[in-house]
Amino acid sequence: MIHSLFLVNASGDIFLEKHWKSVVSRSVCDYFFEAQERATEPENVPPVIPTPHHYLISVLRHRIFFVAVIQSEVPPLFVIEFLHRVVDTFQDYFGVCTEAAIKDNVVVVYELLEEMLDNGFPLATESNILKELIKPPTILRTMVNTITGSTNVGEQLPTGQLSVVPWRRTGVKYTNNEAYFDVVEEIDAIIDKSGSTITAEIQGVIDACVKLTGMPDLTLSFMNPRLLDDVSFHPCVRFKRWEAERILSFIPPDGNFRLLSYHVSSQNLVAIPVYVKHNITFREGSSQGRFDLTLGPKQTMGKAVEAVLVSSQLPRGVLNANLNASQGTYTFDPVTKMLSWDVGKINPQKLPSLKGTMSLQAGASKPDENPTINIQLKIQQMAISGLKVNRLDMYGEKYKPFKGIKYMTKAGKFQVRT
Amino acid sequence: MQLSHYLWNEDLKEMLESNKESLKLEAMKRIVGLIAKGKNASELFPAVVKNVANKNIELKKLVYVYLVRYAEEQQDLALLSISTFQRALKDPNQFIRASALRVLSSIRVPIIVPIMMVAIKEAAADLSPYVRKTSAHAIQKLYSLDPDQKEQLIEVIEKLLKDKSTLVAGSVVMAFEDVCPDRIDLIHKNYRKLCNLLVDVEEWGQVVIISMLTRYARTQFVSPWKEGAMFDENNDKAFYESDSEEKKDPTEDKPYIMDPDHRLLLRNTKPLLQSRNTAVVMSVAQLYWHLAPKHEVSAVTKSLVRLLRSHREVQYIVLQNIATMSIQRKGMFEPSMKSFYVRSTDATHIKTLKLEILTNLANEANISTILREFQTYVKSQDKAFAAATIQAIGRCATNISEVADTCLNGLVLLLSNRDETVVAESVVVIKKLLQTQPTQHSEIIKHMAKLFDNITVPMARASILWLMGEYCEKVPKIAPDVLRKMAKSFTVEEDIVKLQIVNLAAKLYLTNSKQTKLLTQYILNLGKYDQNYDIRDRTRFIRQLIVPSEKSGALNKYARRILLAPKPAPLLESAFKDRDRYQLGTLSHSLNTKASGYQELPDWPAVAPDQSVRNVEIIEPVKEWAPSLGKAKKPKSGDKFYSDEEDEKEEEGSDSSGSEDSSSSSSSGSSEESGSESEEESSGTSEKTSSDSGKSSTGSEGSSSDSVQNKKKKKTKKVVKKKSKPAAADSDSDENGNGPVASSSSSSAESSSGSETDSEGDSDSDSPAAQKKKNNVKSKPKVEVKSKKEVSLLDLDDFSPAPQSNTPKSAVLSSSLLSDLEGLSLSNVSPTIQVTTPSFGPMKTHELLHHMTGKGLSAKYHFPRQPCLYQPSMVGVQVILTNSSDHTLEEIHVGERNPASLNIHCFNTIERLEPEASVTVSMGIDFSDSTQAANFQLCTKEDGFSVSIQPAVGELLMPSTMTEQDFSKEQGKLLGMNEISETITMATANTSSQAISKQVLSVANLGVVSSSQSNFHRFAGRTVSSGDLVLVSLEVKESCSALLTINTEKSVMASMLLRDLKQALAQA
Repeated sequence: MIHSLFLVNASGDIFLEKHWKSVVSRSVCDYFFEAQERATEPENVPPVIPTPHHYLISVLRHRIFFVAVIQSEVPPLFVIEFLHRVVDTFQDYFGVCTEAAIKDNVVVVYELLEEMLDNGFPLATESNILKELIKPPTILRTMVNTITGSTNVGEQLPTGQLSVVPWRRTGVKYTNNEAYFDVVEEIDAIIDKSGSTITAEIQGVIDACVKLTGMPDLTLSFMNPRLLDDVSFHPCVRFKRWEAERILSFIPPDGNFRLLSYHVSSQNLVAIPVYVKHNITFREGSSQGRFDLTLGPKQTMGKAVEAVLVSSQLPRGVLNANLNASQGTYTFDPVTKMLSWDVGKINPQKLPSLKGTMSLQAGASKPDENPTINIQLKIQQMAISGLKVNRLDMYGEKYKPFKGIKYMTKAGKFQVRT
Repeated sequence: MQLSHYLWNEDLKEMLESNKESLKLEAMKRIVGLIAKGKNASELFPAVVKNVANKNIELKKLVYVYLVRYAEEQQDLALLSISTFQRALKDPNQFIRASALRVLSSIRVPIIVPIMMVAIKEAAADLSPYVRKTSAHAIQKLYSLDPDQKEQLIEVIEKLLKDKSTLVAGSVVMAFEDVCPDRIDLIHKNYRKLCNLLVDVEEWGQVVIISMLTRYARTQFVSPWKEGAMFDENNDKAFYESDSEEKKDPTEDKPYIMDPDHRLLLRNTKPLLQSRNTAVVMSVAQLYWHLAPKHEVSAVTKSLVRLLRSHREVQYIVLQNIATMSIQRKGMFEPSMKSFYVRSTDATHIKTLKLEILTNLANEANISTILREFQTYVKSQDKAFAAATIQAIGRCATNISEVADTCLNGLVLLLSNRDETVVAESVVVIKKLLQTQPTQHSEIIKHMAKLFDNITVPMARASILWLMGEYCEKVPKIAPDVLRKMAKSFTVEEDIVKLQIVNLAAKLYLTNSKQTKLLTQYILNLGKYDQNYDIRDRTRFIRQLIVPSEKSGALNKYARRILLAPKPAPLLESAFKDRDRYQLGTLSHSLNTKASGYQELPDWPAVAPDQSVRNVEIIEPVKEWAPSLGKAKKPKSGDKFYSDEEDEKEEEGSDSSGSEDSSSSSSSGSSEESGSESEEESSGTSEKTSSDSGKSSTGSEGSSSDSVQNKKKKKTKKVVKKKSKPAAADSDSDENGNGPVASSSSSSAESSSGSETDSEGDSDSDSPAAQKKKNNVKSKPKVEVKSKKEVSLLDLDDFSPAPQSNTPKSAVLSSSLLSDLEGLSLSNVSPTIQVTTPSFGPMKTHELLHHMTGKGLSAKYHFPRQPCLYQPSMVGVQVILTNSSDHTLEEIHVGERNPASLNIHCFNTIERLEPEASVTVSMGIDFSDSTQAANFQLCTKEDGFSVSIQPAVGELLMPSTMTEQDFSKEQGKLLGMNEISETITMATANTSSQAISKQVLSVANLGVVSSSQSNFHRFAGRTVSSGDLVLVSLEVKESCSALLTINTEKSVMASMLLRDLKQALAQA
C-alpha cells in the first residue's frame, strides 16, 4: 500500500526518506513541490496529488509535510490516517515533532517506521506496543546508552500484540495506582456581525491517564448520557455495553489515551461564554481605520473565563496598527497582517478592551471585508454541555485506585464575523 | 569531497569490523542516518552483511534495515545472509520466526523465490498467528517479485482465509485483494466468519476487509433498492428504466426480502461507525452507501459529520465524499447543514468543497439561509473562494427558480465590486443565468455594457461581448457602439476576447448591417492577419458565411440561422455530478480519474447467486493439523484448537498457567472427545474478544455489574440450565458433580472479582464446555445428530446477532438462532429442530392502523418473538407498513408516545413509501412486564395517527431452556402465593402432547422443558423486562381434564396467562 515516505520541511528540503518496497527516487517529490508552489499557503496544498506513475498523499503537521508515495488504488483516508498516527507516535516519543527532533532521533524514527509498516501495510500502530518494541529516548537513557552501549530496542519481545487485549501490555506495575480523566469540551461557533449565533456546537473528548497495576476493568457512567449524540471510542471500549446501558466499560491501555470523543446533540442550546463588541471601520479616502474591541463574559455559570486570546487576520491594506490594550498585550505582524491579543482572564468588573487606529496603505481603496475575529479561551471546572461523570468503578484488581476527574471548556473554532 | 567520503566509508568499515559491539552499533546507526538522508551507502554492503547473525537485537535490526534497502542492488552478496534467516525461521520464538520471514521476504532477489515460497508455506501453517500474519504479508511481496507464483500463492491464501485468528484476517484479505481479487469463490465459505470477526480485527485490517466485502456483496446479493424507492434526483433511474418491464413486475408483487447474509454484513459493520479511525468510518460509510437499503444509509451521516472535526486532510477526503453523496441524497445531510458553514481559517480547497455541499443541499426551504451565508463568503479576502461562491449562487439560481431573480440582482450588484476576479466571475455567471431565462433582461445587459470599459479580465469581457451578440436585438443601440470600441482595441485584446469580437461583428452584420457593415469588414480584416491561427481561421469562416459572394454557395442563406440559432442554456452542474461512477472512499473517487489498480464496483446481479455456497460444510479437512486427531469432525476444531491454544499460551504469560491447568484437567476429567470440544469452545470465546462483553464474559459472569447479570439471564434462557450453565461462578456448578474443574475455575473467576478480561474468560470457558459435553453424552438418543450439528452451529452462532448469540450448549435452540437457521435453509439441521423445539403456531398479526383511518397508510404488527436487538428489556415488534393510497407517503416515523416515559426503540424514518409498496420495520418496546398498551403516534409528513400496541401477556416472555431437574428446583422456590393453578378442560383435539405444546406456545413465548413423564408438560420462560422466571406445567389427568400450574413472582401475569392458556387449550 504505502510505498515510500518522504519528510519535507518548510523550506522544501527532503530530510528523511524511507522505503518499504523497492526504492522510489526522490525526484517523485518534484510533483509535490510544484503543487506546493502553486498553493499560496502551505495549508492549500492538495492532500492527494497524482503523478504519472505514483500518487502522493501528504499531511501537514508541525510545518512538516509527510508525503507518502502510493502506487495503486488505496482508500486515501487509510494513508492519511496512518500518517497522522505516525506523527502522533513521533510526538509521543520525542515530545515534539520537529525537524530537529526527528533528525536527532533518526535511528529511533527508522526503527519505528520499520515496525509500523510491513510491505506498506500497517503492522503495529498502538503506542503501547511500540513502546515495548522500541523504548522512547529519555535523557537518562541516552546517557546510559552512550556510556554502557546498551540500546533502545526492547530486550524482551512484546507480548501485547498477540494478546486479546492488544492495546495493553501485561505485567504493568505501579506503586501509586491512579486514574485521571479529563473531560474537555470545545465550543465551535460562528457569531455574526450583530452578535447572534449562526451556528454553535459542542464537541468533547475524554482523555485519560491511567496508571493502574495489572489488568483493571473499568466502568465509567454518566449522570446524563443522553447528552451524547455521536460518539467514537478507543477500541478498548465495549460497544455493546454502551449501546445497551450507556456505560463505558473497558480495560484501559496503559498511560495516556483518548477514551472517547463525542458530539453533543444539536437540540441542546449552546451557552456562548463570551460576547464581543466590535467596531472596525475603514473610511473611504482616508488612510486611517478605527479599531475598537471589547470582550465580556456572557453565559459562564459563575466560572472565570481564562487564557483568552483574540486573533484576527487584518485586511492586506493595513500597514500598521496603533492600539491600546486595557489589559494584556497585543502584537501585530505587518508581514502576515495577523493581529493577536493575549487578554488573559476576563474581569467582569473591568472589561478588557483594545482600541486604536490602523494605518492603511496610502492611496489604496478601502478593504471590502472586515476581518474575522478568532477567540480562544478556557473555563476550568466546567463542561459547558453539563455533562457529568457519575461514577468510576474498577473490577478485576484488588487495590483501591486513586481516581480523579477534571472538567474543562475551551473554545474550538470560535469565530466572530465583523 | 570524494576523498573525504571515501575516508568516511573506510572509517565506518573499520568500526563494523571491530570486535566491540558498541562500535558496530554506532557505525550502523550512522549508516542508517545516511540511508534516511537518501545517501548511497551500498559500498558498505560486505561489511554490514557479516553482522547479520549478531546477537545484539538492535544491531540486528539495523542490519535488517540495511539489507532490505540494498539487497536488490547487491544480489550476490545478499545471498550470504539467507542461511541465517533460514535458521531463524526454525527458531522456537515466534517473534524471531516472524521477523526472519519479514526480512527474507523483503529482500527482492529473484533467485530466492523458491526459498521464499517454502518459507511462506511453512509459516502459513505455523502455530503462532503472528507468524501466519507475517506470511500473509510475505505473499504479497513474493507476488510482486514473481507473479508466476500466483497459483501456489492462491493455495496459501485459501488456507489462510480459513484462519480464525483476528490477527491474520486483515492481512490475508489484503493479500487476497492484491493477488487474486477475482477469486470471489474463496470468500464464500469465509464470509460469515469474516463478518463476525470484523469488530475484533485491528483497524487497518477492518478497512481492507470492509472494502473487499463491499465488492463481494455486490456480486452475491440482489439490490435492496426497489424501483419505487428511488429518489427523484437520482440519475440511476434511467438505468432502471432500461432494465425492462419483466423485471419490474415480479419485484413489485413480492416485497424484497434481504438475504440474511446481506443483513449480517450491514449489522456487523454498523458499530464500526464509532471507530476512532477515520478510514474505518469512511469505509463503513461507503459500504452503507453502496449496499444498504436507501432508508438505512442515513445512519452514516452523523459519523461522517463527526470526521469533519479531524485534520485538514481528513476533512478534504470526507467532504469530497459527502459532496458526491449530497447530490443524490440531499436529505441525508440537510439536518447537519450548519456543519458545512465555512470558517475563515479553513484551507481554500476545504472552503470550496463546503461550498459545493451547501449548494447541493440548497432547496426552497433553506435557500434564504444559504444565500445569506453566501453573502458573507462573497466578501471573503480569499478571492478564489469568493469567485467560487459566485458560481455557487449561480447554481442555486438555476436550480431553484424562486430565487433566480434575487440571485441575479445580487450578482448585478457585485458587478460594481472593486475586486476584479469577483466582477469577472459575476459576469460569467450572469451570462449563464441570462441564457437560461433570456426574457426582458436588457437592463442588465445595458448595465454590463456600461461597466465594460472597467472590466479587464478577458473571460468576463468575452462573456459580455457574447451576451451583446446573442441579444443584440434587445439592445439595438448599444451593441454597435460596443463593436465600435472593440474595433479600436482589437489588436490589444486577448484571444478569447478577439474571437468574441469577431462573433459579435458577425451577428451584428446579420441583424443590423446598415450600421455595422464597415466595422465588420474592418474587424474581419484585422482578424485575417492576426498572429493566432484560430482567429485567422474563425475570421475566414465567418467571412465566407456572412458576406455574400459567388463562391459562398448555399451555406450563406442559412448564416442567420446558424449564428443566431437559439442556444440551449448551459447547465450549471456540480463538479461532483459524475463522481458517483467511482466507489466512494477510493483514491479514484478523490482524483476523479481511474487510479491504477482500481476495481470497478460490480452492479447488483439481477438474480441472486446460490446463497447456500456460504454455508459452512461440516467437515473441512485441514490436513496439516489433522493427523493426531482421528475423528472425522475434529480437523476443523483442531485447527482452531492449535491456533488458539497457542494464543493463550504465548500471550498470556503469567495468566496462562491457570488456563492450561484447567484445560488439561478438563480433558483428563472427561473423555478425549470432550477435550476437543472444549477447545472448540475456548476458541469460540477468544474469537469474540473483549470488545464484546456479552460474549467474552462467558466465563466471568460473576461480574457484579447489572448488565452482565442481564445478559446472563438472557443467556440462561436459551441454555439447558443445569449442566451447561456458562456461569461457572454460579454456585450451581458444584452440584453438577463437575468436580475440581468447575470449582477451580469458578473460584478463579471470583477471586478476580468477575473481571471480564479475556485471559480469564478463556481459562474459564473450558469448564462449561466440559459440562456441555457431559450433557451431550447424557441425552443419548440425540448425540449423533447433535454432534453433527454442533459443528455447523458454531459457525451459525457467529452468524446470529451478537447480543443473544451464545454458544448453543444444548440441543435446544434459541428462537433467534432458529429463525436464522430457517433463513439459511440448512437442510441437515432442520429435522433436528423439529425434534427439539416444536414450532410455534402461525404468527398472529394484529392491525395497528387501518388504511381508512390512516389516510392510506395501513400498519400491521406481530411479535417475531426474537430477542430484541436494541435492548434486552424490550419486546421486539415487527410492523408492516403498507401504503394503500395512490400517492407517495413521505417521512413515516414514530411521533409522540404516551406515556411519555415509554421506552421505545423507533425504526428509522422511512423517507418514502410508494403506493402499493410495503415495508417491514422492527421496533423495540419496553412494556415493563405489563400488558398496558403502548400508545404512540405514527406520523407521516402530513399527518399523525395515534396507534397502540397491546401485547398479549404471552408475548412479554422470553423462552428459557432448562432441564427437568432445574425446573422442579425452581418451581420449588416459587410456591405459595407465587403459584396459581387450576383444573381445566381441554378440547379433545388438544390432548396429544404435540398439540398441547403447539397451543401453549402459540399463546406464550415459552421454551419447552423436556419431560420424562408423558402426561407432564413443562414450559419455562422469563419476563422480558425484569427477567423473572415464569414456569408453566400442565399435568394431563384424564382424557380431557388437566391441571395447569403457573409459578412466577408476577402474580398478575400468572393469572392472565392462565386465562389465556385455558382459553387456548379449550379451543379445538
